[in-house]
Amino acid sequence: MTGNKVKDTVHMTHDIIHRNDGIPFDAGLLDGIRVNKSAVERRAATIGTRRSVKKEYQAAWLLKAISCIDLTTLSGDDTPGNVLRLCAKARNPIRMDLMEALDIQGMGLTTGAVCVYHNLIPYAVEALKGTNIPVAAVSTGFPAGQIALSEKLREIKMSVAAGAKEIDIVISRALVLKSDWKGLYDEIKACREACGEAHMKTILATGEIPTLTKVAKASMVAMMAGSDFIKTSTGKESVNATLPVTLVMVRMIRQYQELTGYKVGYKPAGGISKAKDALNYLIMMKEELGNDWLRPELFRFGASSLLGDIERQLEHFVTGRYSASYRHPMA
Amino acid sequence: MSVKTIFETMEYGPAPEANKESIAFLERHNRKFQLFINGKWAKPSSGVYFETINPANRAVLAEIAEANEKDVDIAVKAAKKALKPWSEIGGHARARYLYAIARQIQKHSRNFAVLESMDNGKPIRETRDIDIPLVARHFYHHAGWAQLMDTELSEYEPVGVVGQIIPWNFPMMMLAWKIAPALAMGNTVVLKPAEFTSLTALMFAEICKEVGLPDGVVNIITGAGKTGAALVAHPDVAKIAFTGSTDVGKIIRRATAGTGKKISLELGGKSPFIVFEDADLDSVVEGVVDAIWFNQGEVCCAGSRLLVEESIAEKLYKKIKARMDTLRMGDSLDKCIDIGAVVAPIQLETIDALVQKGKDEGNQWWQPYWSCPTDGYFYPPTLFTGVSPSSLIAQEEIFGPVLVAMSFRSHSEAVKLANNTRYGLAASIWTEDINLALDIAPQLKAGSVWINCTNVFDAASGFGGYRESGFGREGGKEGLYEYVKPKANALMTDKAPMTKRQEPKASSNGISMPGIDRTAKMYIGGKQARPDGGNSIIVTDTFGNHIGEVSKGNRKDIRNAVEAAHAGTAWGKMTGHAKAQVLYYLAENLAIRSAEFASRIVECTNVSRAEAEKEVSSSIERIYYYAAFADKYDGDVHHTTQRNVTLAMPERIGVLGIVCPDESPLLGFISTVIPALTMGNNLIVIPSETFPLLATDFYQILETSDVPAGAVNIVTGVKDELTKELAKHYDVDGLWYFGTQEGSKEVELLSADNLKRTWCNYGKYRNWYDHAQGQGREYLRRASEIKNIWIPYGI
Repeated sequence: MTGNKVKDTVHMTHDIIHRNDGIPFDAGLLDGIRVNKSAVERRAATIGTRRSVKKEYQAAWLLKAISCIDLTTLSGDDTPGNVLRLCAKARNPIRMDLMEALDIQGMGLTTGAVCVYHNLIPYAVEALKGTNIPVAAVSTGFPAGQIALSEKLREIKMSVAAGAKEIDIVISRALVLKSDWKGLYDEIKACREACGEAHMKTILATGEIPTLTKVAKASMVAMMAGSDFIKTSTGKESVNATLPVTLVMVRMIRQYQELTGYKVGYKPAGGISKAKDALNYLIMMKEELGNDWLRPELFRFGASSLLGDIERQLEHFVTGRYSASYRHPMA
Repeated sequence: MSVKTIFETMEYGPAPEANKESIAFLERHNRKFQLFINGKWAKPSSGVYFETINPANRAVLAEIAEANEKDVDIAVKAAKKALKPWSEIGGHARARYLYAIARQIQKHSRNFAVLESMDNGKPIRETRDIDIPLVARHFYHHAGWAQLMDTELSEYEPVGVVGQIIPWNFPMMMLAWKIAPALAMGNTVVLKPAEFTSLTALMFAEICKEVGLPDGVVNIITGAGKTGAALVAHPDVAKIAFTGSTDVGKIIRRATAGTGKKISLELGGKSPFIVFEDADLDSVVEGVVDAIWFNQGEVCCAGSRLLVEESIAEKLYKKIKARMDTLRMGDSLDKCIDIGAVVAPIQLETIDALVQKGKDEGNQWWQPYWSCPTDGYFYPPTLFTGVSPSSLIAQEEIFGPVLVAMSFRSHSEAVKLANNTRYGLAASIWTEDINLALDIAPQLKAGSVWINCTNVFDAASGFGGYRESGFGREGGKEGLYEYVKPKANALMTDKAPMTKRQEPKASSNGISMPGIDRTAKMYIGGKQARPDGGNSIIVTDTFGNHIGEVSKGNRKDIRNAVEAAHAGTAWGKMTGHAKAQVLYYLAENLAIRSAEFASRIVECTNVSRAEAEKEVSSSIERIYYYAAFADKYDGDVHHTTQRNVTLAMPERIGVLGIVCPDESPLLGFISTVIPALTMGNNLIVIPSETFPLLATDFYQILETSDVPAGAVNIVTGVKDELTKELAKHYDVDGLWYFGTQEGSKEVELLSADNLKRTWCNYGKYRNWYDHAQGQGREYLRRASEIKNIWIPYGI
């Protein structure tokens, strides 16, 4: 017998992504799920210590992070005014002189999307006209999801009609807590149908799910039901995206891909505000899922202040001087 | 490469750690290092220096002095001179020094990490995040033990000058594991680092200077095997602590046999990594990475044998193969790698030769698609699947990034495969079922058992082997005993305690009714047994009067007794309470027959009746003493730094030979047999050759006291002949010998082959009536070994 030194696949060229159509509910897929928290934490803790990107590599990776940001504002006091500013920032995420210094002017760098509440969709759509930047809207009674399913579906349809190309839904946490996986599947599937052509990101609100095993199961159910992305958090829970939770969710994405061939996207959200954190997430995606997940089609950050820190780091790379936030145009 | 291109390829790129400080250290010594003796740098008497290289790029880092016998002698003398003041300075003062060392290491942690990485070839991530933090932790922890020695080890004292020989795979960590406990317990040391990796030990010498450690307390002598051999042979060295190969461990055991030098050996391994079907398989894959691709697999406790439940074997192999492709290998100072360079060309050759054998044997193998860097000594991660235990690569320690995998059908088969090795250092169990994990853990012959984790270490937990992985523990309270000796040892004498003897009165002449002949047989497997050879030995009293005969056992009787001991599995499984009940019953039955035993003592030893009665009553009390301990000599839950429960469980050694003393034939027998029995061992007892009848009488007590068959086996005969057979027997796990100096030497020599746990008296005598000498926790400690079971938790 002989050994084998041939690699199955080389993740250099990106495959075309077929949208996840979901699969019929299969409880058997959930039964085999095992998650060992301590082992997951150990792996997550070494993601950022086993890999490091420096200098021009770091600059390129940070630019990649920008291209994956869902630039977000989700506040009670959002107005057309601040949403317009946000959209302007999404179109021109970093200063022109930095672009020139990095020699990337022609790249058309923008953020991955702009993410707002339903009421602000028209203003964002208007402000992003002429770009490829999609408007994402949070939906289904965001952030708690404590409204009737019929209302959730109506809200999705309204947002799509208003021009949202991406819908970030929240799940009913009660279904997870009660382990009503079929109920969860049905709810998410209904949402997916309501989305139509709009891509759906399913927020699990992992900070309110008591165990990593349930996070894994909820991830799998969300993918079975046809989610285009699975997302950690609304940003409103007390615990938002973490690397251990991310590891659990991306491993489920890998398993789902092995089962079905569908590539499902991943979006950590909440609390990611430092360039270093962003790099760790990108490293985890590369390590666990491969380079396909290092692009906005399959990876997004839900973040509002992350961009500012990345701008400062890029200026440092260009000038060798530590930057100040006032030197960068605000959103 | 342009930012734009990298944006498309998303490659990692180089991420070198700066090494300016470490280079400055080398330059400060003109890249030529002397010996560190008595607080000063000393040129080697030999005038010889050897090169140390960076295995990741073959660059010569520095020249290192080679110490010869003369240098060793100077170093040992320095340590000897420093011993008294150091041990008398007190625990608190020693704690301050150790604390200062820990602080100083932390302050220079990056420099240590970088230098270690350059000298050894291991990734900077590991030295920075694992090795050096554990070094500092070890000194902090043992600063605490120095402080607590007076109260927590009040019955113990320092051993003396300790010779320490450490390996190249974790140079600084092994130094800390050796030096910290030795200094804490008031010893002084002469340490020899491995010739491939001396540099951090020499940087540590500077730390000793910086904290003002008294001269001679720590001496660092560099060199190769010959230097180590000189250290082992030096008469003023009271203890040798060694970490390294099993072959050298055995050489050290033989070299020190009969000298009374204390030794601790931490040797090789072929540790099982057991995966059950309900494990978190993605986490298992990362566990495998930590098990065998940590430190290039140059880890004595590496999980190098992957045992997978058949139902998931193919699935797991597929995952591991995919993961192997994403491992990164490169210069040890690159912060973006998983695997660095192998320490030296000779190690690379060893690994390659074993892998070639594995391939020649027809095993399926796998290596990642990428190729190794060519500027240093690199070996690719390698996986063999479908390997059978009879394959050479399933038995030999490869000490490289090579994993051999095989499947099992059932839980019991997993245990059998796991234990199908001469080694016993560590094991890893992966399952989400705590019932299963805790059922398997005690069945594994391994000093460390990691549940759902692997290669985790902490100063508070003991580390060390079963079987040919060596003996002794490092870390935790259990590790301290390697660096102390009981104060009561000083009470032992060179001559037997004097006892008044009285010649028995001559029997009246004339014919009378003869007594019924009582033939003292041997006792094997719960039955009285006649000797294989069909011969008997005459037993006389101290005046030479014929008082009876006992069987003359031979090697076949020893063989039968060992087999019976292994077959008698009931005793080892009994609870502490149940064992206590049996021991109390023994005491009760001995008490009932105390008059008869007293008469026998008088008959054999010619002591006064009162003296004999005292021996019987002391024996009964001693049985009570250990019966009391049977459910109280328990383990610890260590305060390790991870989120887990670390159980330190004392376990039976297994099948233990006990060669009883001649003095106080009943009390001596009881004082040695009962503690070994209490810890659940199955025993082969060779009673006093001079006074065997007390032991042969005693089997009637064993028979009537619910002692399960095979727990105690008694073979009478010529003591040193039988002892030799026991010492040679591969299926005997330990041997206690109370006899002559020469006999002790023989026991230690012959036991080296399978590294039996031995306990010898080197011809010294104990007063068995004295509680300090004749009983105590020390006996129970000797009759057991500590297994540390790591159980992480969290949902």
